[in-house]
Amino acid sequence: MTAVLTSADAPTEVPLKRRLKRAERARQVKALALVLPLLLFLLFTFAGPIAGMLWRAVDDREVRQILPQTIAVLADWDGKDLPDEKAYAALAGDILAARGSGTMAIAAKRLNYALNGFRTILTSTARNLKAVPEPGTAKETLGKINPAWRERATWTTIKDASGPLTGFYLLAALDLTRNIDGAIVAAPPDQAIYRNIFTRTFIISLSVTALCLILGFPVAYLLATLPPGRSNLLMIFVLLPFWTSLLVRTCAWIVLLQSKGVVNDSLHWLGIIDEPLRLIYNRFGVCVAMTHVLLPFMILPLYSSMKAISPAYMRAAASLGAPPVTAFLRIYLPQTLPGIGAGSLLVFILALGYYITPALVGGAADQMISYFIALYTTETANWGLASALGTVLLLVTLLLALLYGKLVQGQQVTGGMKN
Amino acid sequence: MEAGMVTPAPALVRFSGIQKTYDGEHLVVKNLDLDIRKGEFITLLGPSGSGKTTTLMMLAGFEVPTQGEIYLADRPIKNMPPHKRDIGMVFQNYALFPHLTIAENIAFPLSVRKINKAEAQERVKSALRMIKMETLAHRRPGQLSGGQQQRVALARALVFNPQLVLMDEPLGALDKRLREQMQLEIKQLHETMGITVVYVTHDQSEALTMSDRIAVFNDGIVQQIDTPDALYEHPVNSFVAHFIGENNVLAGTIETVEKEYCRVALAGGGAVTARAVNISGAGASTSLSVRPERISIILDGTSSDGPNRLPARVQSTIYLGDHALAVLDVAGNGEFIVKLQPDAHVNLRHGDSVFITFRPEDCLALDPV
Repeated sequence: MTAVLTSADAPTEVPLKRRLKRAERARQVKALALVLPLLLFLLFTFAGPIAGMLWRAVDDREVRQILPQTIAVLADWDGKDLPDEKAYAALAGDILAARGSGTMAIAAKRLNYALNGFRTILTSTARNLKAVPEPGTAKETLGKINPAWRERATWTTIKDASGPLTGFYLLAALDLTRNIDGAIVAAPPDQAIYRNIFTRTFIISLSVTALCLILGFPVAYLLATLPPGRSNLLMIFVLLPFWTSLLVRTCAWIVLLQSKGVVNDSLHWLGIIDEPLRLIYNRFGVCVAMTHVLLPFMILPLYSSMKAISPAYMRAAASLGAPPVTAFLRIYLPQTLPGIGAGSLLVFILALGYYITPALVGGAADQMISYFIALYTTETANWGLASALGTVLLLVTLLLALLYGKLVQGQQVTGGMKN
Repeated sequence: MEAGMVTPAPALVRFSGIQKTYDGEHLVVKNLDLDIRKGEFITLLGPSGSGKTTTLMMLAGFEVPTQGEIYLADRPIKNMPPHKRDIGMVFQNYALFPHLTIAENIAFPLSVRKINKAEAQERVKSALRMIKMETLAHRRPGQLSGGQQQRVALARALVFNPQLVLMDEPLGALDKRLREQMQLEIKQLHETMGITVVYVTHDQSEALTMSDRIAVFNDGIVQQIDTPDALYEHPVNSFVAHFIGENNVLAGTIETVEKEYCRVALAGGGAVTARAVNISGAGASTSLSVRPERISIILDGTSSDGPNRLPARVQSTIYLGDHALAVLDVAGNGEFIVKLQPDAHVNLRHGDSVFITFRPEDCLALDPV
């Protein structure tokens, strides 16, 4: 304080400002030091992997490393006719070199993604190519070993895979592909499955969000309005699912819902059904189990938004002549909108990434996008496609979050109540 | 409203034998009978826990009486839900709907009554004009000051022309200056609109400023219902004498009773003549009540000798601008306060021996505290 007072004698304002900045800086450094461990942790475990995923979705360097001469020659190829003798000679050289180093399989795998059967073309060529062909005869030699080398599609596939960046995986994730002339077209029906899976993922997530909202709203209301003793007890029941593992809870649903399970047996015993209902390994089972797991994530934001609504508002509405239903719809409900938004967004985004629950209680037609991402990472090691699917999911989710942000921006109101 | 005392206006609200308990053990309101006349401004005044707010809530319909019946315009309303009662209410913390603009807040009671848009708009406009806030119609409550929010809450409670307006400590959250200004504004609204107002407060000066009649509550019972001046001049018991205005208390025993007056021997020595207001008879103990401004201090002990003349010792003096106070020790009461002219305190010093005197009619013999 005294330091500031003495500096006030100086006519210029700059030193004071600088001093203020310095004082602020010390505080900022302290704050940064406090969050630094978490920041580093997040950087390595969250930001890093996500950046890696985004990169792998467009990274395409395998073919370039294994067939370098071919790629170099094909750079000048216009793709309209078959490439000339130079390209064949370069390819023969690359194949022989790759056979020597044993790296052919890597290129074969990548090229096989784009053109089914490419692996056979490459391996048969590598097996049958005895030595570097005489100059001028490479085209003829390769064509003789495998007639596929006389087709333009074989060569455009190599050129497309020449990297270093590619849109191939991202297009595949959206059921699109490049045709022989390089134009983007719909993928053939037997490969076009991802749009369907994305739609399914969003429908399941939306259903679960809606179910959570319908089931969670009255509970949250009760929590917010009961006297503290009883609401604490109820809160424990709400949080109970968090005390058991996701796997245990999901397996419990299998026990309950299977055809010889508790629910079917009870219904049969009561005489309501003759045949066991199919409650599991279908969409119903997935929605029930996911709703159960995600319900607390809906109830808690709703509860906190409802807790902030003073009972005086409902009394005021009644005294002004509003019947209970009108008062609820026009006064209470609008004030819970931020909570509804936050809860729904949370549940929806969590549901989008669900993997274990649908895998355990869903049928083949109920597997969500994360199942396929896991499949491509762990089973087939198609990292490019897995990353591309992840990227699409990430972008769509970000878009939804932004949309939500825009929607609630205008809604933010501070209560008129001061207490 | 003094005229109302000559030819009483018909009762708009009648509490008849009302009792209320929350826990089934002790009564918050004990046997309340109260008539509220059409057009009057009545204040329910009392300390917290005296039952005044519970009474208001029963009238509004948020609490149900345990026993008795409430009549509004001669119709029993005990079991009528609040939204059908046609009673406007201003809440302690305004309870303006935070997600609606000022204009929407004021239009709310009109729109739930399905009043057509054009008329509703006109009425909202004139309500905004009444509270001088036309320019702020599209703000939200959170953007207004406490006083502005209070005005909006008032306008919202009045815009649908209710037959009765309830106010539950509406000025409690405002600072002193603003509170005094709002008291006058509310009073003015009451007079120009001719509405019936039931006002709850624990602030006696607020009650005195605004009310036609005041019902003083204590311990679940209405102690006295009267005009402000009657409450001040003629309190019926020690609680009312204490609660309304400043008051000096002297404990004593009644020696003789003669018509309206009695002779009282003070516990701290000496005897005075007092008006017999609420006593049980000769030999009973009593509390005497004397207002600070009805007492004179005699500096030289030799002059006049009246019926009520007591020795006193000066403890301290307090200068308050428009007046001054002397704190005296009189007959064992060390906090006996006398109101003085602004400059009179300079003659008094700590430890001075003086005499005080007051007229018998200004000294009330009440129930012992």
